[in-house]
Amino acid sequence: MLDLLHAVLVAPFKDMAGSPTFLVEVLIGGLAAGLMYSLVALGFVLIYKASGVFNFAQGVMVLFAALTLVGLIERGAPLVVALVLTTAVMVALAFAIERVVLRPLVNQEQIILFMATIGLNFFLEGFGEFAWGSDVKKLDVGIPDTSFMVWGVQVNRLELTAAITAAVLVAIMAVFFQRTRVGRALRAVADDHEAALSIGIPLNTIWIVVWSVAGLVAIVAGIMWGAKSGVQFSLSLIALKALPVLILGGFTSVPGAIVGGLIIGTGEKLAEVYWGPLVGGAIENWFAYMLALAFLLVRPQGLFGEKIIERV
Amino acid sequence: MIYREAGQFKSTYASDQAVFPILQDRVIAGLVLVAAVIAVPLVANEYWLQAVLIPFLIYALAALGLNLLTGYAGQVSLGTGGFMAVGAYAAFKITSAFPGLNIVVAFLLAGLAAALVGVLFGIPSLRIKGFYLAVATLAAQFFLIWLFNKVAWFTNYASSGTITAPPRRMLGIMVTGPEATAPVRYLVALGLVALFAVIAKNLVRGRVGRSWMAIRDRDIAAEIIGVRPLRTKLLAFAISSFFCGVAGAEYVFLYLGSAETLAFDINVSFLVLFMVIIGGLGSVLGSFLGAAFIVMVPILLTNAPHLLGLAMPVALQKQIELMVFGGLIVAFLIVEPHGLARLWQVAKDKLRLWPFPY
Amino acid sequence: MRARPDPPPTPLLEVNGISVRFGAVQALEGVSLEIRRGEIVAIIGPNGAGKTTLLNVVSGFYQPYEGQILFEGRDRTQLRPYDVAALGVARTFQNVALFKGMSVLDNIMTGRLLKMRGSFLLEALYWGPAMKQELAHREFVERIIDFLEIQAIRKASAGKLPYGLQKRVELARALAAEPKLLLLDEPMAGMNVEEKEDMCRFILGVNDEFGTTIALIEHDMSVVMDISDRVIALDYGRKIADGRPDEVRADQGVIDAYLGVAHA
Repeated sequence: MLDLLHAVLVAPFKDMAGSPTFLVEVLIGGLAAGLMYSLVALGFVLIYKASGVFNFAQGVMVLFAALTLVGLIERGAPLVVALVLTTAVMVALAFAIERVVLRPLVNQEQIILFMATIGLNFFLEGFGEFAWGSDVKKLDVGIPDTSFMVWGVQVNRLELTAAITAAVLVAIMAVFFQRTRVGRALRAVADDHEAALSIGIPLNTIWIVVWSVAGLVAIVAGIMWGAKSGVQFSLSLIALKALPVLILGGFTSVPGAIVGGLIIGTGEKLAEVYWGPLVGGAIENWFAYMLALAFLLVRPQGLFGEKIIERV
Repeated sequence: MIYREAGQFKSTYASDQAVFPILQDRVIAGLVLVAAVIAVPLVANEYWLQAVLIPFLIYALAALGLNLLTGYAGQVSLGTGGFMAVGAYAAFKITSAFPGLNIVVAFLLAGLAAALVGVLFGIPSLRIKGFYLAVATLAAQFFLIWLFNKVAWFTNYASSGTITAPPRRMLGIMVTGPEATAPVRYLVALGLVALFAVIAKNLVRGRVGRSWMAIRDRDIAAEIIGVRPLRTKLLAFAISSFFCGVAGAEYVFLYLGSAETLAFDINVSFLVLFMVIIGGLGSVLGSFLGAAFIVMVPILLTNAPHLLGLAMPVALQKQIELMVFGGLIVAFLIVEPHGLARLWQVAKDKLRLWPFPY
Repeated sequence: MRARPDPPPTPLLEVNGISVRFGAVQALEGVSLEIRRGEIVAIIGPNGAGKTTLLNVVSGFYQPYEGQILFEGRDRTQLRPYDVAALGVARTFQNVALFKGMSVLDNIMTGRLLKMRGSFLLEALYWGPAMKQELAHREFVERIIDFLEIQAIRKASAGKLPYGLQKRVELARALAAEPKLLLLDEPMAGMNVEEKEDMCRFILGVNDEFGTTIALIEHDMSVVMDISDRVIALDYGRKIADGRPDEVRADQGVIDAYLGVAHA
């Protein structure tokens, strides 16, 4: 019994203290992974903030964007052209989603919209595979997946680029939502569809805009993920991990998505490296969800979410 | 003309509360039951029993369980696969430890195990609602699958990591294992799902069902009326997981023969959720209709090209399956969010007037 | 105006110095009042005065940060809503909180939940004790349905009814619990004259036949004058008048509150 307690509560920390450079590298690895999750979560937050829809299909959109990009490159398109075309495809997708899924379901309960996005998720998965084939593809965006040394610690170029991209994206989105007229309109729409309609906000246009932007975010996320691990279908499963990120960070908070992602990413990595060996490994499969669950019990609205005040 | 209730008066509340108040409905139900029990085992061939009917009955039970939790009590759950896994592995351990124990009893005990696990993972539902709860159930799903993968005790230390249904008899007939014939397994599955359907129907039309629906529709008002939220939700988790656990046990023992954790992964959770959505949330009949639908789609996709003289590669079939499922979910939610069960209801209403237009 | 015999001495409900805050908003401040058995009390006041908050505190939905609530002489301040319901308090809501997915009959039957004893195992079997209990409750609910004249819609889906009927079904659900204290939050909002007369008739009937104590929030002054024994007026979270209808109507503070005279 004492052995067990020692193994769980003491030994891992001694390991951490024992080789600090390794700890830092694990942390960086965790932060990098977390950043990837955050990029996916950003798309979620965008759509939820602006249309009140919990887009379960966000992960698949990332996959789809990556597939399209890689598919075009494989067919000989230069990178820039492929990017432009992929953007066009994602915008077209946004149009289609708005027309076919969102418009008929306007003002239905959230749970119905949520389930519709689950259906969308599966449809896009099938369609993506149908259109581009099912083998793993390598995505090369000209940034080598190599590391360089900073203060004795290994830093990966690709991960660094991802971090910078994410930071820029967040800054842009924060400004957009807080300072611009369109951003305000989006927040109104998220609050109440009918009320927004009644004051003249063009719902359909807004939705197309929002889902297009989410599509762009998906492209960025897809590029980062794809360059790191190759474009494959496990991507959509990894995207499920964005859900605990959202729980931690709150569904409507852009900084929350980032912070949540970093916490989940580092937490997961630390747990896997230092506690994983105790139980045979693969803790990463469920650690994020358990962490989110624990958080929810303490703070049902997440770290940054708005406190839910129920009225009768 | 034929399907009318004119002339059928209810003189007691008892007859008004009956499950099939209209005589014609009772006749239809009776015929279906007779056909299912007697005609099918005699007429159906091996393929139909093994590939269609047995999985249909098992999925119907799982869908019934999920429908009670998500459709009636309003608690979204993506952990169905995990709870089915609990049932399967529990049944395996129980029947390995007690080979003489009646296999159906083993199933029921496995269901109890699943119910306990369900209650455990349902405790957060008091504080957490809606999508947040869905994510919490994902925690259950991933954790349980990992647990059964990692801890070799569950597979009795089999090197292959799979559990295999040992041969068991009931009333002298082989029920599980390689020698159990399809009609026998079919009848066992049929008996169990029929029993649980009756139980489910009884629960939902009484006090328990009403408290569930009250929590689903307006949980705050429900609490003010006197519904105790934690008790009500935990009961829903318990009963739902019980059903799913038995279904999971049946899945290995009566259908697959042997399985590993892959058989219960997140895709199963989604599949059962689709059955419930397409069949109709909050409907016992809907669970069956949805299960039938989802089981039939791959069958149709496999066989239709042959009938049409086309060749379809397996991968393409899977892709089309995904697209069809996804597309149908969206279509159903747009056209009839209450699923096939509501469509059936509408059809019956039209039938009452037929052949008159109004 | 109604002539009534003197009510018994111990009040059914006592509220002493209740204060409720939501963040920076002071919803109720130092509110004290009494409701005696068998009375019909009307609670009036401009919008935002805290009337619904008061009902919510009595229901147990909000917890006051100071003050005390006594029900039948015993302290009930910290109870959860379902415990308060078990004591015999039933209510209707401003925004009609019916269970939209259920039929009218089922909605009213949920009102009987507290009176239903039984284990889910017995109910899973249905035939036997569970069925007997269900039918007995069904009979009781049918009497309420008769009383409120909603027989024709008993199998209709509650979400699809017109507003006036929904309010009546909500009243039926509250009555099904056989409450000692009935709290009604704007039971006549959005109704036309005939519907209001019907509702008044029902409320008076409930009070006469079953002796239920009733507290209702109401904006229509003619209704208030007609059916209430006493009137309590709130403004900005404070009680500003408490007495017989004609007294309160003439009270200067109440007149100021409604006409919006600038406050010091």
